[in-house]
Amino acid sequence: MVDSKMEEQLLQYESSFNILAAEMGLDYFPVDFELVPSQFMMEVAVYGLPVRLPHWSFGVRYIHQFVRHRMGHSKIYEVVFPGNPGRAYLANTNSIIENTLVIAHVLGHADFSKNNHLFRRVQEQEGYHLVEQAATHARGIEAAIEKHGAVRVEQVLDAALALEPHIDIDKDLRRPLYPGTVETAPLPDRGVFRRRFDELPGERPRGREPLPPGKSAPIPPHPERDLLWFIAQYAPELEDWERDVFLAVREESFYFYPVFACQIMNEGWASYWHARLLREASFIPEQFYLDAMKTHSDVVRPYAGEQQVALAINPYHIGFVLWNHIVEEHGIDGARRTMTQEDDFGFIRNYLTEDLANELELFRYVARANGEIKVVESDMNELRESILAPKFNFAAPRVVVQDIQKDGTLVLKHDHDVDGTGLDVERARKVLEYIYRVWRRTVKLVTVNDKGKEETLEKSDSGD
Amino acid sequence: MTVTTQWYNLFSRGARDWLRHNEKIREAIRQSLPDVVAGSDVISGPGNRTVQIPVRFLEHYRFRLATPSESTGTGQGKADPGSVLRPARPVHGQGREGSGVGEGEPHFILEMKIDDIVDWLWEELELPDLRPKSKSNVVENEVVREGWDKRGARSRLDRRRTMKESLKRRAVRPDDVPITNEDLRFRQLHKRSRPSTAAVVMFLLDVSSSMGDTERRLSKSFFFWALQGLKRRYRQIETVFIAHTVAAWEFDEEEFFQVTAQGGTVTSKAFRLAREVFEDRYGADRFNGYLFYASDGGNFAEDRGNLHKELVSLGPLLNFMGYLEVMPDLRSDGQTETAHQFDSAKKEGVATTTYRVVEHTDIWDAIRAFFQTEANAQGES
Repeated sequence: MVDSKMEEQLLQYESSFNILAAEMGLDYFPVDFELVPSQFMMEVAVYGLPVRLPHWSFGVRYIHQFVRHRMGHSKIYEVVFPGNPGRAYLANTNSIIENTLVIAHVLGHADFSKNNHLFRRVQEQEGYHLVEQAATHARGIEAAIEKHGAVRVEQVLDAALALEPHIDIDKDLRRPLYPGTVETAPLPDRGVFRRRFDELPGERPRGREPLPPGKSAPIPPHPERDLLWFIAQYAPELEDWERDVFLAVREESFYFYPVFACQIMNEGWASYWHARLLREASFIPEQFYLDAMKTHSDVVRPYAGEQQVALAINPYHIGFVLWNHIVEEHGIDGARRTMTQEDDFGFIRNYLTEDLANELELFRYVARANGEIKVVESDMNELRESILAPKFNFAAPRVVVQDIQKDGTLVLKHDHDVDGTGLDVERARKVLEYIYRVWRRTVKLVTVNDKGKEETLEKSDSGD
Repeated sequence: MTVTTQWYNLFSRGARDWLRHNEKIREAIRQSLPDVVAGSDVISGPGNRTVQIPVRFLEHYRFRLATPSESTGTGQGKADPGSVLRPARPVHGQGREGSGVGEGEPHFILEMKIDDIVDWLWEELELPDLRPKSKSNVVENEVVREGWDKRGARSRLDRRRTMKESLKRRAVRPDDVPITNEDLRFRQLHKRSRPSTAAVVMFLLDVSSSMGDTERRLSKSFFFWALQGLKRRYRQIETVFIAHTVAAWEFDEEEFFQVTAQGGTVTSKAFRLAREVFEDRYGADRFNGYLFYASDGGNFAEDRGNLHKELVSLGPLLNFMGYLEVMPDLRSDGQTETAHQFDSAKKEGVATTTYRVVEHTDIWDAIRAFFQTEANAQGES
């Protein structure tokens, strides 16, 4: 049940915090707070968006979350969505103290997502209303189900969502197609200066080498990382509504990327600010502040209650400790500059010092197939890279489009050199089946097997 | 801060997508149905209308790296280089390596209706849908719903139809009263006569000491699915359960599968009791008769003559006799005593087939064979 007294109190705190935050230099788009049932919080956490495309795989995640929640293993404090306005959900089952803390925390997130370069870039391209756009995507799916039947829509979603992490964040959301046929006459002579300039080391010639007139350019002209975009644009028989599904999933994936790539910074920044705002908030009773700080220390700590060691890092804790240190050393303005310019890669590499790593009790471990987990000695570089390793590319293997063959065969290649090992073959075959249903021509994938030998998986009409 | 009753109080997307997942599981189960129901735990008795099947969650596949023999991670806490945070698992035997998907994965229990399973099975095994065979000239009167009328008893008022009429009328004249007498529609009943489609299925089980747990479970599975199949065909179906060693007894269904007894085997006793029960209680002129006998095939040699006599006299009374031989102890000529008897009865024109079953998957061949014979017999009649 919604506690109207809590609502009233929170409403007051919300406006007081807004005033306080502005005084302290936080700069953000207005945030719409909403007090919702914990059931809904759970769903939003599972789907990643308040309203999102329906897919059975969310049902599996939902039931896992549901069970954890029922067993009391998981408590969701807040879910927040960048945008203008930003949106934040608070659980009406959480205490007023917890929710007050969360309001302050969310303002930190809002400040971060308006100013951090990665968030800004993506939001400038997507507009500031992805939450609403996602709802539109969901309605589009409902309409497609009406028109084409649940089975066909599901096939497209099976493929698109399986490829969700495979985007190229360095390229724009709206990308032009590759240059097709090149029919222009050879470029005019650009003069001696230009030619000499182009020959300078490291300087590539401007513009593509002109192809013989009328000859089509290879597709893709370079290995393509953005599988969602490529299939949407170049699948031989994709229908318009299917392309829309792919592009919708891609758009949402772009939206998720900054949250993923800045998790440590962003949670740390929000934790720094909820602690600071609460400390400065004269409108909060003393006892209330002490209780809130207890909640704060439950969140910002290396491992859960009675345990002495955790096999994962707590981004809230690491981020919080790092930001405190940065503010101490460079002042709040220096910290703000860092906040706008970095993502987790730069943040960890530049600011996680050996002293801080010791303070945070960070360690690297090796888990063996026999179940043994052993702590290993490591220098700072190894430690930093071990924190960052799961953060590349949504933690997905690097798979690129290599080629479309004359018969329309799609050739994918797994960059096993960089990933250090081959793909899980059984799963890869299943993904190829998904892709085959939308590409509708043979799909091949080059990876290496467990002996390090190159192996090509194939899904074609005749099976595999 | 807004607090309102939103759509999400009324509707759970998570639950919707979870139901869709379960639907997909049902489809997946359906495709591998014979394998799934071959698990012996599935059958909880003909009286039970649902079964519980443990299933794994479906995985939405993505590209993933092969599981390396060693992986590194980062943790937090008081731990020094070299300290072991979790010891290696003790190694039990072998063979678990490499089977990427295995135990320990989360699974849940899916409850399924037996009727659904039977329907699927029929499609999956491509079994014919049998038409009821009318045994005699006996006809039954039956009352069926047919059509609507503007007058009738209040209890037969069809509200849905009535509302439809009302809507039609008000679509033309929106300001009319909601319901008029002209809108009322009543269901009409008609008497129809049809041939009798009653059947009795008799299950005979050898419970002598050589019939162990496995043999009984196999028999039970076969009985169960045979009965389910016949139920699709006959509206009214009666069952008789007879167990025997050197003597024969009739049981009710529940006791039947739990009976244990010591001693040898005199099969003819069971068939005699079956004949008496059928003649006294049912009669060939009113009932289609089916008999299934399950045994490991051993029988006292002295009983040979009697059994032959019983089979030949019972045969003509029934539509069909099925003999299920479970994990047979074969004689030197590759046949059991009992199978031999059924063979010779068949040669004398008795409708019978022998199915040999060693493991659960054989049940499906037996079931398929049985219903195919039935369909062919139907074609002839």
